[in-house]
Amino acid sequence: MSTPTGSAWVDGSGSRLTKFNFIRRVNWGRLSVVSVPTLWLAIFFFIPFLVVFKISLSESAIAVPPYTSLLEWDLEESYLNLKLNLGNYLYLFEDTFYIDAYLSSIKIAGISTVFTLLIAFPIAYMIARSKPSARGLLLALVILPFWTSFLLRVYAWMGFLKKNGLINEFLLGAGIIDQPLIMLQTDFAVYIGIVYTYLPFMVLPLYSALEKMDMTLLEAAEDLGSRPATSFFLITVPMAMPGIIAGCMLVFIPAVGEFVIPSLLGGSDTLMIGRVLWDEFFLNRDWPMASAVAIVMLIVLVLPIMLIRNSQGKEEAI
Amino acid sequence: MKRRSIFLTTSATLGFIFLYAPMIALVVYSFNKSKLVTVWGGWSLKWYGELFRNEQIIDAALLSFKIAFISASVAVILGTMAGFVLSRFGRFRGKMVLSGWISAPLVMPEVITGLSLLLLFVAMEGMFGWPSGRGTGTIIIAHVTFCMAYVAVIVQSRLSQLDETLEEAAMDLGAKPSSLFFLITMPLIMPAIISGWLLSFTLSLDDLVIASFVSGPGNSTLPMVIFSKVRLGVSPEVNALATLMIAVVAIGVIGAMYQMRRQSKLLATEE
Repeated sequence: MSTPTGSAWVDGSGSRLTKFNFIRRVNWGRLSVVSVPTLWLAIFFFIPFLVVFKISLSESAIAVPPYTSLLEWDLEESYLNLKLNLGNYLYLFEDTFYIDAYLSSIKIAGISTVFTLLIAFPIAYMIARSKPSARGLLLALVILPFWTSFLLRVYAWMGFLKKNGLINEFLLGAGIIDQPLIMLQTDFAVYIGIVYTYLPFMVLPLYSALEKMDMTLLEAAEDLGSRPATSFFLITVPMAMPGIIAGCMLVFIPAVGEFVIPSLLGGSDTLMIGRVLWDEFFLNRDWPMASAVAIVMLIVLVLPIMLIRNSQGKEEAI
Repeated sequence: MKRRSIFLTTSATLGFIFLYAPMIALVVYSFNKSKLVTVWGGWSLKWYGELFRNEQIIDAALLSFKIAFISASVAVILGTMAGFVLSRFGRFRGKMVLSGWISAPLVMPEVITGLSLLLLFVAMEGMFGWPSGRGTGTIIIAHVTFCMAYVAVIVQSRLSQLDETLEEAAMDLGAKPSSLFFLITMPLIMPAIISGWLLSFTLSLDDLVIASFVSGPGNSTLPMVIFSKVRLGVSPEVNALATLMIAVVAIGVIGAMYQMRRQSKLLATEE
């Protein structure tokens, strides 16, 4: 993990390194080092979105590939025929199913993010306040599950939450309940799955914000008669704010598009947009509709968050 | 003060229990003799035997390891280039574009990445005849694309913490840019490169959604096989598989920590 450095205020993005501009002389080497990753991302990251946008404007067809093409050469009349089909988008807004799915994804991801924050904060705070020698071990304990399979971690909860699973067996055995609780295939299970799998993403940025905090501030507040709760909300929380924002972004954004967790832990009525897109593509084989769902998801959910993130300065979260 | 720290320790401990209890249960139940996953039938290694006799799982695991190895290796090269460019080249044309594109895969929902890459491959096949069909190659391309973003972030943050005086000294002494990188910078950022490779390897090994979109028939990776088994309910063979994976990861992480601790002790005695 990162060692505490005194240069937290130095912008590391290379402002001092313009000296390296001597590389300008060897233009070819420089150019190729810049262009290889840029080209790769252009072809395999950026252009695909244009393709998705194009296909979202076509119509579903029984063909290979299963959509109509936008441009058609009419050979007899020799003109180019451009067919744009906005039907997919209109349908998205007409059928409340899709709007419900978007809203429900935001709701589920939002609630899960709040719970992740509530659970991650004490862990991060405790690690940041523990002896420096113990911090490495405690951080490793938080990160360790992250290195094991995400799918298997979600799967582990299936065994825990199902009707004759461990939690029910335990509660029944202890006499706390006399009917097994239905937990698997509910929204509750989805919340647990998201909180569980994304916890490290929240703990790490919180920790790096809390670790930098000056403890003497709290002592000063105490000396001046502030109660612990007041100090917490007036000093600790504002100081941890960059970590809180970074952590919430890292949990909320992927959670909105989550597919594995709702399909393994959620019920058939757990509506999430990632799952709708998957079904539209794999079950209905309606590629244009799936593309329209993806484009709206991108515009409504992902773009605003990325813009906010950029305007707030580049908080390095990982 | 005292009371708050008790509250803190309790809630943090509960947090750790929350993190580890499901995994411990998974490990314990992988040694369960009974077919019924919740009924304890005594200790047994039966499911490990079943696991190694299951050709579908073994084949998928081998394919996944191959894909993860190649993807991680390519992603490390491209990601290191991107991270180096962004932190050491000052301002250049296209910097905003590259830094935007490199961080975007980190926040992109997997279903969108998977769908967009699949549609790209289909469109490219229609136009250029490449890639003909989908399979291992297209999965590797997809994995390289999102793994290089992680590598770039790790390399970039390591470079920004790095003391530049060594690189400046080498430049003053007349090192060529290429030897400057390979002899000075690369050894200094080696820990970041190695952790980037390991992270890419695990991310690739773990990916279900993107691989499901871009793979072709007959190219099922391990997560795809696990998902299709698990969808129908809890399976004891998957418990055994999960235990093996947890064991490998735990050994790896403990080994890495031990190594790091020894190195820092060595450094301390040298000083």
